[in-house]
Amino acid sequence: MAEAHRQLEICNACRYCEGYCSVFPAMMRQTMFSAGDLTHLANLCHNCRGCYYACQYTPPHAFALNLPAALADVRQESWEHYIRPRALARAFQTHGLAIALLGSVLIAVLFATAQAIRDAGGQGFYAYLSHNLMVAIFLPAFVLPLAVIGIGLRDYWRDTGGRRPTVAELNNAFLSLAKLKNLSGGHGEGCNFEKGDRFSNARRHAHQAVLWGFLLCFLATTVATFMHYALAWPAPYGLLTPPKLFGITGGVLLTLGSAAMIVLKLRADPELGARRVWGGELAFVALLGLTALSGLVLYAATGTAFVRALLALHLGAVLTLFLLMPFSKMVHGFFRLSALIIEEQKKRG
Amino acid sequence: MTRLEAPRDGLWDVLVVGGGNAALCAAITAAEAGRSVLILEGAPKPYRGGNSRHTRNFRCMHQGPLSVLTDTYDENEYYDDLLLVTKGKTDEHLARMVIRTSEQCLPWMEAHGVRFQPSLSGTLSLSRTNAFFLGGGKALVNAYYNTAEDLGVKVIYDAQVTHVHLEGDTFTHLDVSVAGAPVERIRARAVILASGGFQSDIDWLTRAWGPAARNFLIRGTPYNRGAVLKDMIDQGCATVGDPTQCHCVAIDGRAPKFDGGICTRVDCVPFSVVVNRNGQRFYDEGEDTWPKRYAIWGRLIAGQPEQVGYAIIDAKSRDLFMPTVFPPYKADTLEELARLMDLDPAQVTRTVSAFNAACRPGRFHPTERDGLATEGIDPPKTNWARPIDTPPYYGYVLRPGVTFTYLGLKVNETARVFGRDGPLANVWAAGEIMAGSILGEGYLAGFGMTIGTVFGRISGREAAAHA
Repeated sequence: MAEAHRQLEICNACRYCEGYCSVFPAMMRQTMFSAGDLTHLANLCHNCRGCYYACQYTPPHAFALNLPAALADVRQESWEHYIRPRALARAFQTHGLAIALLGSVLIAVLFATAQAIRDAGGQGFYAYLSHNLMVAIFLPAFVLPLAVIGIGLRDYWRDTGGRRPTVAELNNAFLSLAKLKNLSGGHGEGCNFEKGDRFSNARRHAHQAVLWGFLLCFLATTVATFMHYALAWPAPYGLLTPPKLFGITGGVLLTLGSAAMIVLKLRADPELGARRVWGGELAFVALLGLTALSGLVLYAATGTAFVRALLALHLGAVLTLFLLMPFSKMVHGFFRLSALIIEEQKKRG
Repeated sequence: MTRLEAPRDGLWDVLVVGGGNAALCAAITAAEAGRSVLILEGAPKPYRGGNSRHTRNFRCMHQGPLSVLTDTYDENEYYDDLLLVTKGKTDEHLARMVIRTSEQCLPWMEAHGVRFQPSLSGTLSLSRTNAFFLGGGKALVNAYYNTAEDLGVKVIYDAQVTHVHLEGDTFTHLDVSVAGAPVERIRARAVILASGGFQSDIDWLTRAWGPAARNFLIRGTPYNRGAVLKDMIDQGCATVGDPTQCHCVAIDGRAPKFDGGICTRVDCVPFSVVVNRNGQRFYDEGEDTWPKRYAIWGRLIAGQPEQVGYAIIDAKSRDLFMPTVFPPYKADTLEELARLMDLDPAQVTRTVSAFNAACRPGRFHPTERDGLATEGIDPPKTNWARPIDTPPYYGYVLRPGVTFTYLGLKVNETARVFGRDGPLANVWAAGEIMAGSILGEGYLAGFGMTIGTVFGRISGREAAAHA
């Protein structure tokens, strides 16, 4: 926090980077920064790194600016501060191994459960785990983490000066998110992530694939729930039904997007992000990719002997992802969206 | 081995000495003409780009809106602006050529990777005359290095050129030491000198300015030590510009000795009382609006004991100027503030009391000359004179900060350097090393980049045609 504060005061005296993203115009609204201001700016930053490569004052210069890293650290600290229990957030945000371990355990448990049940009497995947059992596991595993995030966001919203959003504010924030405007570099040529001082839209596009892929998968599940309860039309669904169309498209996007994000992350300079959570971030993206890929493979394996094992793998991955929503990189989406909405409000004064 | 793949010890078509804006424009132009080009940049890679690293805009003539520029800025208005700051110390022929050519430079810059943005907030007065680089000068430098690399230009960093060999009027080779290694010889058909001025050779500055220069801060790049300029002067090349002159502004006294860049400026002077080491005022702080007086304060402070000044404001003025890179000294009493800045508290209090007593009621207007003047003190403060009486009090230490020097090589309109007996056969110059021809005194925002771009491209074209 102190380091980010030092750096922002230098940035605010320079302001050359104001065209790259929303952070600089937001920074320029004040001459002194409170903790809430810093947290807001940090969550507004998308880590495009344009300001680092354009900076006259990066090391070895005495001012030693590395704003993307300084803001990434504050951002990371803010999630670990607002999400309780903090020890859990810290453990999973930092350690990829913790994520992998939890994933493995959950997959094994689900596999053992499916083995023990042998025949749940249902159709399709429900033959291995009954619909009610799945709901009994996944509903709380989905709702409780969201509640944890909700409580954290409420505090965050208060500390960074957010108010009840208007439709226009929400519109602008969602638009910015949908286009990932803050990864455009201000000129549309993208950010400085994996190619040093050259611009590239690769990360922006990969992230968009992940975002849209995830939302499509989520939509598939939502539609399926609706069909199950409202239309009394339970799974399995054919290829040309909404759950499958959304799910497969989303799964492919999410798989490819995650793979691309991993490749880009391996090429990028780790010193320009939150160094401490590099492993946790990488494991999280891998988990996202595994969730999507195992879902696709599971669908492709329908009717084969692999279904039981693949189902356990897929559901285990989904369960891990759900449970870790507040405690993994996943949580950045909630804070980022909040920051974009609050920034819309601050712009309007 | 083809000509385009000339190795370091082979014969290059075009050798470019320096690695800032002018050097890069020259190298790119020559490479696009199909020539093999080698850039010898004196700085290590993180500091590449010379003073261009610290720039932020390009002053551009235009008829009607052009890219991010609004309205029209024509040749005569541009030239009048130049005359005003240089007080006539310019070469009208070269200056007008630069001004006219600037208009075609902007699209060229965009085509070679430079991205512009509308005028930075707080600089709206420049939205018609100056195109701002998105991300500033280092972003421009990065874009040009990438473009040059894509064109096959080879760059060697940390390359100190020690001697440029001339045989009569012809360049044959130069001596260079790369990263402290023994001196090597590089031969080429043509050479472009774009290695800047000498602002970071403190000994040279001291010879020109006197001992006071030892206390100057150099806000430009530490790598402009003028080695090539001096070498050429020693070989009888014609010079222009006053060797005792340098662009010198008041900057934060806590800025690093070198390379603090533009953000070390302190803009509070019009709202402050400025005292010297002895706690006494020495100049009218409110003579004119800051953009018009900014450039004289370096010189004023250079004339004070130990080359240092102290600007004191109170809480009323805290938000009236751009934030500073270092937080100000802050105290609840003037005595305390004086102690923090190592000044005599009694004397500072006397000076401020006398100033306060000389203030008169009236309308205060921070952004225009408001005529709110003191009465009965010397020197007077002729605008924005409000009593310094509302704690907390804030203080800034000011020192002279040198950006660049004016002494340079004389060139003609094709950027050709002049030896003892007229133009040299295959030596061109671009950028700060020759800018004194056009900018003999003062400074016009964004004009250095214009001179560098125009002469960089000319020298690249001429050298390529020769090679």
